[in-house]
Amino acid sequence: MAQKTIAGVNLEVTDEGFLVDSSQWNEDIAKELAKEESIELTEKHFEVLKFIRENAGDSLTIRKVGKSGIVDIKGFYELFPGGPLKLSSKIAGISKPTSCV
Amino acid sequence: MAEKKDTQVKKVAIICAKGTIEDVYAALVMANGAVMEGMEAKLFFTFFGLDAITKKRMNKLHTATVGNPAMRMPGGLPFPSLLGMLPGVEAGVSSMMKKQMDALDVPPVDEFLDMITAGGGEIYACKLAVDMFKLEKKDLSDHVIDIITVGDFYSMAGGEGSQIIFT
Repeated sequence: MAQKTIAGVNLEVTDEGFLVDSSQWNEDIAKELAKEESIELTEKHFEVLKFIRENAGDSLTIRKVGKSGIVDIKGFYELFPGGPLKLSSKIAGISKPTSCV
Repeated sequence: MAEKKDTQVKKVAIICAKGTIEDVYAALVMANGAVMEGMEAKLFFTFFGLDAITKKRMNKLHTATVGNPAMRMPGGLPFPSLLGMLPGVEAGVSSMMKKQMDALDVPPVDEFLDMITAGGGEIYACKLAVDMFKLEKKDLSDHVIDIITVGDFYSMAGGEGSQIIFT
Protein backbone atom coordinates (compact mmCIF):
# COMPACT_ATOMS: atom_id res chain seq x y z
CA MET A 1 0.00 0.00 0.00
CA ALA A 2 1.17 3.50 -0.69
CA GLN A 3 -0.09 7.06 -0.44
CA LYS A 4 -0.43 9.09 -3.58
CA THR A 5 -1.72 12.56 -4.33
CA ILE A 6 -3.87 12.58 -7.43
CA ALA A 7 -5.76 15.66 -8.63
CA GLY A 8 -5.14 17.30 -5.26
CA VAL A 9 -6.55 14.41 -3.25
CA ASN A 10 -4.44 12.21 -1.02
CA LEU A 11 -5.32 8.63 -1.85
CA GLU A 12 -4.29 5.20 -0.73
CA VAL A 13 -3.31 2.96 -3.63
CA THR A 14 -2.10 -0.62 -3.96
CA ASP A 15 1.43 -1.45 -5.09
CA GLU A 16 0.09 -1.72 -8.61
CA GLY A 17 -1.64 1.64 -8.43
CA PHE A 18 -5.25 0.61 -7.92
CA LEU A 19 -7.34 2.79 -5.58
CA VAL A 20 -8.03 1.13 -2.25
CA ASP A 21 -11.27 3.03 -1.66
CA SER A 22 -13.25 3.34 -4.86
CA SER A 23 -15.67 5.82 -3.31
CA GLN A 24 -12.91 8.46 -3.35
CA TRP A 25 -12.89 8.33 -7.15
CA ASN A 26 -13.98 11.24 -9.30
CA GLU A 27 -13.56 12.24 -12.93
CA ASP A 28 -10.51 14.43 -12.28
CA ILE A 29 -8.77 11.51 -10.61
CA ALA A 30 -9.69 9.37 -13.62
CA LYS A 31 -8.10 11.90 -15.97
CA GLU A 32 -4.89 11.96 -13.93
CA LEU A 33 -4.74 8.16 -13.72
CA ALA A 34 -5.35 7.91 -17.45
CA LYS A 35 -2.58 10.37 -18.17
CA GLU A 36 -0.16 8.09 -16.34
CA GLU A 37 -1.13 5.40 -18.83
CA SER A 38 -0.84 7.85 -21.75
CA ILE A 39 -4.58 7.79 -22.37
CA GLU A 40 -6.56 10.95 -23.07
CA LEU A 41 -10.08 10.31 -21.80
CA THR A 42 -12.98 10.99 -24.14
CA GLU A 43 -16.73 10.88 -23.67
CA LYS A 44 -16.66 7.22 -24.79
CA HIS A 45 -14.01 6.36 -22.19
CA PHE A 46 -16.21 7.80 -19.46
CA GLU A 47 -19.20 5.76 -20.63
CA VAL A 48 -17.07 2.63 -20.36
CA LEU A 49 -15.69 3.69 -16.97
CA LYS A 50 -19.23 4.19 -15.69
CA PHE A 51 -20.16 0.68 -16.83
CA ILE A 52 -17.01 -0.74 -15.24
CA ARG A 53 -17.75 0.93 -11.92
CA GLU A 54 -21.34 -0.28 -11.95
CA ASN A 55 -20.24 -3.85 -12.70
CA ALA A 56 -17.16 -4.04 -10.48
CA GLY A 57 -16.55 -7.43 -8.89
CA ASP A 58 -15.64 -11.00 -9.72
CA SER A 59 -18.00 -11.17 -12.65
CA LEU A 60 -16.50 -8.24 -14.54
CA THR A 61 -15.04 -9.64 -17.75
CA ILE A 62 -13.97 -8.34 -21.13
CA ARG A 63 -16.87 -10.30 -22.58
CA LYS A 64 -19.33 -8.44 -20.38
CA VAL A 65 -17.94 -5.08 -21.45
CA GLY A 66 -18.22 -6.26 -25.05
CA LYS A 67 -21.89 -6.97 -24.49
CA SER A 68 -22.56 -3.69 -22.69
CA GLY A 69 -23.78 -1.99 -25.84
CA ILE A 70 -21.28 0.81 -25.22
CA VAL A 71 -18.31 -0.65 -27.02
CA ASP A 72 -17.39 -3.95 -28.67
CA ILE A 73 -14.32 -5.88 -27.59
CA LYS A 74 -12.18 -4.52 -30.39
CA GLY A 75 -13.23 -0.99 -29.51
CA PHE A 76 -12.46 -1.69 -25.85
CA TYR A 77 -8.90 -2.70 -26.76
CA GLU A 78 -8.59 0.49 -28.82
CA LEU A 79 -9.78 2.72 -25.97
CA PHE A 80 -7.43 1.14 -23.42
CA PRO A 81 -4.49 -0.27 -25.38
CA GLY A 82 -2.23 -2.79 -23.72
CA GLY A 83 -4.66 -4.38 -21.25
CA PRO A 84 -8.18 -2.99 -21.42
CA LEU A 85 -9.78 -4.62 -18.39
CA LYS A 86 -6.86 -3.92 -16.09
CA LEU A 87 -6.29 -0.37 -17.29
CA SER A 88 -9.94 0.61 -17.30
CA SER A 89 -10.39 -0.83 -13.81
CA LYS A 90 -7.42 1.17 -12.59
CA ILE A 91 -8.69 4.38 -14.18
CA ALA A 92 -12.23 3.68 -12.92
CA GLY A 93 -10.87 3.50 -9.40
CA ILE A 94 -12.00 -0.06 -8.72
CA SER A 95 -9.85 -2.97 -7.62
CA LYS A 96 -7.77 -5.09 -9.94
CA PRO A 97 -9.93 -7.49 -11.95
CA THR A 98 -9.91 -11.06 -10.70
CA SER A 99 -11.40 -12.72 -13.76
CA CYS A 100 -9.28 -14.73 -16.18
CA VAL A 101 -11.48 -13.94 -19.15
CA MET B 1 24.92 -10.57 -4.39
CA ALA B 2 23.49 -10.61 -7.86
CA GLU B 3 20.21 -8.84 -8.16
CA LYS B 4 17.38 -11.01 -9.37
CA LYS B 5 16.03 -9.70 -12.63
CA ASP B 6 12.91 -11.08 -14.23
CA THR B 7 12.41 -10.73 -17.93
CA GLN B 8 8.80 -9.96 -18.67
CA VAL B 9 6.91 -12.27 -20.97
CA LYS B 10 6.03 -10.18 -24.00
CA LYS B 11 4.89 -12.79 -26.44
CA VAL B 12 3.43 -16.28 -26.26
CA ALA B 13 3.19 -18.82 -29.06
CA ILE B 14 0.68 -21.44 -28.00
CA ILE B 15 0.31 -24.83 -29.63
CA CYS B 16 -2.95 -26.75 -29.31
CA ALA B 17 -2.77 -30.33 -30.59
CA LYS B 18 -5.81 -31.90 -28.94
CA GLY B 19 -9.50 -31.46 -29.51
CA THR B 20 -11.17 -32.01 -26.15
CA ILE B 21 -12.96 -29.15 -24.42
CA GLU B 22 -10.31 -28.90 -21.73
CA ASP B 23 -7.33 -28.95 -24.08
CA VAL B 24 -8.80 -26.38 -26.42
CA TYR B 25 -9.97 -24.08 -23.65
CA ALA B 26 -6.60 -24.23 -21.92
CA ALA B 27 -5.07 -22.83 -25.10
CA LEU B 28 -7.83 -20.26 -25.63
CA VAL B 29 -7.81 -19.02 -22.05
CA MET B 30 -4.04 -18.63 -22.08
CA ALA B 31 -4.05 -16.80 -25.40
CA ASN B 32 -6.88 -14.53 -24.35
CA GLY B 33 -5.21 -13.89 -21.00
CA ALA B 34 -2.06 -12.86 -22.83
CA VAL B 35 -3.75 -10.30 -25.07
CA MET B 36 -5.68 -9.03 -22.05
CA GLU B 37 -2.34 -8.26 -20.44
CA GLY B 38 -1.10 -6.48 -23.51
CA MET B 39 1.10 -9.33 -24.71
CA GLU B 40 1.36 -10.64 -28.22
CA ALA B 41 -0.27 -14.05 -28.70
CA LYS B 42 -0.09 -16.51 -31.55
CA LEU B 43 -2.11 -19.69 -31.55
CA PHE B 44 -1.14 -22.68 -33.66
CA PHE B 45 -3.71 -25.47 -34.03
CA THR B 46 -2.56 -28.88 -35.16
CA PHE B 47 -3.84 -32.48 -35.28
CA PHE B 48 -7.11 -32.86 -33.35
CA GLY B 49 -6.68 -29.31 -32.10
CA LEU B 50 -7.86 -28.32 -35.57
CA ASP B 51 -11.40 -29.14 -34.42
CA ALA B 52 -11.29 -25.89 -32.46
CA ILE B 53 -10.97 -23.85 -35.64
CA THR B 54 -13.01 -26.06 -37.98
CA LYS B 55 -16.35 -24.31 -38.55
CA LYS B 56 -18.43 -27.49 -38.35
CA ARG B 57 -16.84 -28.80 -35.18
CA MET B 58 -15.64 -25.86 -33.11
CA ASN B 59 -18.78 -25.49 -31.01
CA LYS B 60 -19.33 -29.24 -30.66
CA LEU B 61 -16.23 -30.21 -28.74
CA HIS B 62 -16.47 -32.97 -26.17
CA THR B 63 -14.64 -34.02 -23.09
CA ALA B 64 -13.69 -37.69 -22.74
CA THR B 65 -15.84 -39.64 -20.30
CA VAL B 66 -13.84 -42.84 -20.87
CA GLY B 67 -10.17 -43.01 -19.99
CA ASN B 68 -10.35 -39.78 -18.05
CA PRO B 69 -9.43 -40.58 -14.43
CA ALA B 70 -10.08 -37.00 -13.31
CA MET B 71 -13.73 -37.31 -14.32
CA ARG B 72 -16.16 -36.98 -11.39
CA MET B 73 -19.89 -37.27 -10.89
CA PRO B 74 -21.66 -34.11 -9.76
CA GLY B 75 -20.93 -34.11 -6.03
CA GLY B 76 -17.43 -35.48 -6.43
CA LEU B 77 -17.86 -39.27 -6.52
CA PRO B 78 -15.71 -41.15 -9.04
CA PHE B 79 -17.23 -41.45 -12.50
CA PRO B 80 -17.42 -45.13 -13.55
CA SER B 81 -15.82 -45.69 -16.95
CA LEU B 82 -18.62 -48.08 -17.82
CA LEU B 83 -21.12 -45.25 -17.46
CA GLY B 84 -19.02 -43.08 -19.73
CA MET B 85 -19.38 -45.67 -22.47
CA LEU B 86 -23.16 -45.36 -22.69
CA PRO B 87 -24.50 -43.49 -25.69
CA GLY B 88 -25.25 -39.85 -24.93
CA VAL B 89 -23.28 -39.68 -21.69
CA GLU B 90 -20.29 -37.95 -23.24
CA ALA B 91 -22.57 -35.44 -24.95
CA GLY B 92 -24.43 -34.79 -21.71
CA VAL B 93 -21.27 -34.31 -19.69
CA SER B 94 -19.83 -32.03 -22.38
CA SER B 95 -22.93 -29.90 -22.50
CA MET B 96 -22.86 -29.61 -18.72
CA MET B 97 -19.26 -28.44 -18.81
CA LYS B 98 -20.12 -25.81 -21.39
CA LYS B 99 -23.02 -24.58 -19.26
CA GLN B 100 -20.77 -24.22 -16.25
CA MET B 101 -18.19 -22.33 -18.26
CA ASP B 102 -20.84 -20.03 -19.68
CA ALA B 103 -21.89 -19.19 -16.12
CA LEU B 104 -18.33 -17.94 -15.54
CA ASP B 105 -18.54 -15.87 -18.74
CA VAL B 106 -16.27 -18.26 -20.65
CA PRO B 107 -17.66 -18.03 -24.18
CA PRO B 108 -18.22 -20.72 -26.82
CA VAL B 109 -15.20 -21.40 -29.04
CA ASP B 110 -16.26 -19.18 -31.96
CA GLU B 111 -16.89 -16.23 -29.69
CA PHE B 112 -13.64 -16.88 -27.84
CA LEU B 113 -11.78 -16.65 -31.15
CA ASP B 114 -13.58 -13.34 -31.80
CA MET B 115 -12.35 -12.07 -28.43
CA ILE B 116 -8.76 -13.18 -28.92
CA THR B 117 -8.47 -11.71 -32.41
CA ALA B 118 -10.21 -8.49 -31.32
CA GLY B 119 -7.33 -8.09 -28.90
CA GLY B 120 -4.75 -8.65 -31.62
CA GLY B 121 -4.16 -12.38 -31.13
CA GLU B 122 -3.37 -14.39 -34.25
CA ILE B 123 -4.71 -17.80 -35.23
CA TYR B 124 -2.88 -20.27 -37.48
CA ALA B 125 -3.56 -23.79 -38.70
CA CYS B 126 -0.92 -26.47 -39.21
CA LYS B 127 -0.44 -27.40 -42.85
CA LEU B 128 0.45 -31.02 -42.21
CA ALA B 129 -2.65 -31.62 -40.10
CA VAL B 130 -4.92 -29.74 -42.50
CA ASP B 131 -3.66 -31.96 -45.33
CA MET B 132 -4.01 -35.06 -43.21
CA PHE B 133 -7.62 -34.33 -42.28
CA LYS B 134 -8.34 -33.29 -45.88
CA LEU B 135 -9.52 -29.85 -44.85
CA GLU B 136 -9.35 -26.61 -46.80
CA LYS B 137 -9.06 -22.99 -45.80
CA LYS B 138 -12.82 -22.54 -46.32
CA ASP B 139 -13.56 -25.22 -43.71
CA LEU B 140 -11.72 -23.21 -41.10
CA SER B 141 -12.79 -20.22 -39.04
CA ASP B 142 -12.46 -16.88 -40.83
CA HIS B 143 -10.14 -15.84 -38.02
CA VAL B 144 -7.48 -18.26 -39.27
CA ILE B 145 -4.85 -16.01 -40.83
CA ASP B 146 -3.05 -18.74 -42.69
CA ILE B 147 -2.22 -22.42 -42.97
CA ILE B 148 1.46 -22.66 -42.17
CA THR B 149 4.27 -25.14 -41.63
CA VAL B 150 5.88 -25.73 -38.28
CA GLY B 151 8.93 -23.90 -39.60
CA ASP B 152 6.83 -20.82 -40.36
CA PHE B 153 5.43 -21.00 -36.87
CA TYR B 154 8.85 -21.16 -35.24
CA SER B 155 10.05 -18.27 -37.35
CA MET B 156 7.33 -16.04 -35.91
CA ALA B 157 7.71 -17.29 -32.34
CA GLY B 158 11.06 -15.67 -31.58
CA GLY B 159 12.13 -12.47 -29.92
CA GLU B 160 13.06 -11.26 -26.46
CA GLY B 161 10.59 -12.30 -23.77
CA SER B 162 8.80 -14.80 -25.97
CA GLN B 163 7.65 -18.22 -24.88
CA ILE B 164 6.37 -21.29 -26.67
CA ILE B 165 3.63 -23.10 -24.78
CA PHE B 166 2.32 -26.55 -25.63
CA THR B 167 -0.99 -27.23 -23.97
